[in-house]
Amino acid sequence: MLSQGHHHHQHDHSHDEPDAGRLVRIEQELLGKNNAYAMQNRAYFKEHNIFVLNLVSSPGAGKTTLLVETIKTLKDRIPIAVIEGDQQTEHDADRIRATGTPAVQINTGRACHLDAHGIGHAVMDLGAQDNSLLAIENVGNLVCPSSFDLGEAHKVVVLSVTEGDDKPLKYPDMFHAADLMLINKTDLLPYVDFDIERCIDYARRVNPDIQIIRLSSTQGENFSAWTDWLLAQMQALA
Amino acid sequence: MHELSLLENVREILESHAQSQNFAKVTRVTLEIGKLSCVEPEALRFGFDVVMQGSLAEGAELVITEASGIGLCRQCGRQSVIETLYDPCAECGCPYVDVVQGAEMKIKDLIVI
Ligand SMILES: [Zn+2]
Ligand SMILES: [Zn+2]
Repeated sequence: MLSQGHHHHQHDHSHDEPDAGRLVRIEQELLGKNNAYAMQNRAYFKEHNIFVLNLVSSPGAGKTTLLVETIKTLKDRIPIAVIEGDQQTEHDADRIRATGTPAVQINTGRACHLDAHGIGHAVMDLGAQDNSLLAIENVGNLVCPSSFDLGEAHKVVVLSVTEGDDKPLKYPDMFHAADLMLINKTDLLPYVDFDIERCIDYARRVNPDIQIIRLSSTQGENFSAWTDWLLAQMQALA
Repeated sequence: MHELSLLENVREILESHAQSQNFAKVTRVTLEIGKLSCVEPEALRFGFDVVMQGSLAEGAELVITEASGIGLCRQCGRQSVIETLYDPCAECGCPYVDVVQGAEMKIKDLIVI
């Protein structure tokens, strides 16, 4: 069997130079501060029964359209609010507001991900209602957002069939962190070289527990599988 | 990923210990970075000097300890070394393994004066 392999790289250093100062043990997570804010958010969401999803994807996977269609389907049944993360613009938040749903835009500027502290403020700005759904549309990026807990109930990764079917292997951290994968734009399958079974196999290797729904937000294909999933999750929490 | 913002966290964390641990300068910083975390040790090394400029750790040495990836097989229940999140079990070939080690991103210790 194997040894718990910790090994040092580069930098030779001797451990007992008497004049070289003293050792202070720290043992602290680099993302400890974010994780503490995420815990605060999660406690707040629990107290107010707010069901929070963190939607992640590459740019162009169709997250905003998915959200707009989701809102249209569910808004008469549950209160919904949206936090939009984007490096620059207000476009996505405007599209959400056009449905009559409150939305806050966080412009992350240079940063390529949302963090838990920013979410805490955005929730206060939104005045999210009790017993509601809060959807967070993260910055289009399949790398960084995987390590930032925002306090959500689930990370949902959206992958469209116009992307490569090997994305789960190229960006394993994100598919590992997600609880649900939505394979979007399935109406385009006849026109693209995307092997859906292979994609699912890859995703399961990275994350054996990942749930998978195939759908088309624009054509409505299998869309109810997604909204049913959502309602069932909310019910389970309530 | 965002190695620079991680390094900013390193700086904040070490400065937050300066008063309670009574030090004015850090000469060595040791990080533990898991093989399965999405952090590039090279990118940390590359940015370290710049981010530590003007801090207590200006000019400090950076040591990175890499924790290897270890997976627990869902089929045979044994542990084996994995290089990626999608490596199969090295003992039985089952594709479904859970990570038990290798996701760490920690600041372990400092040498201070
Ligand atoms: Zn980032
Ligand atoms: Zn096995």
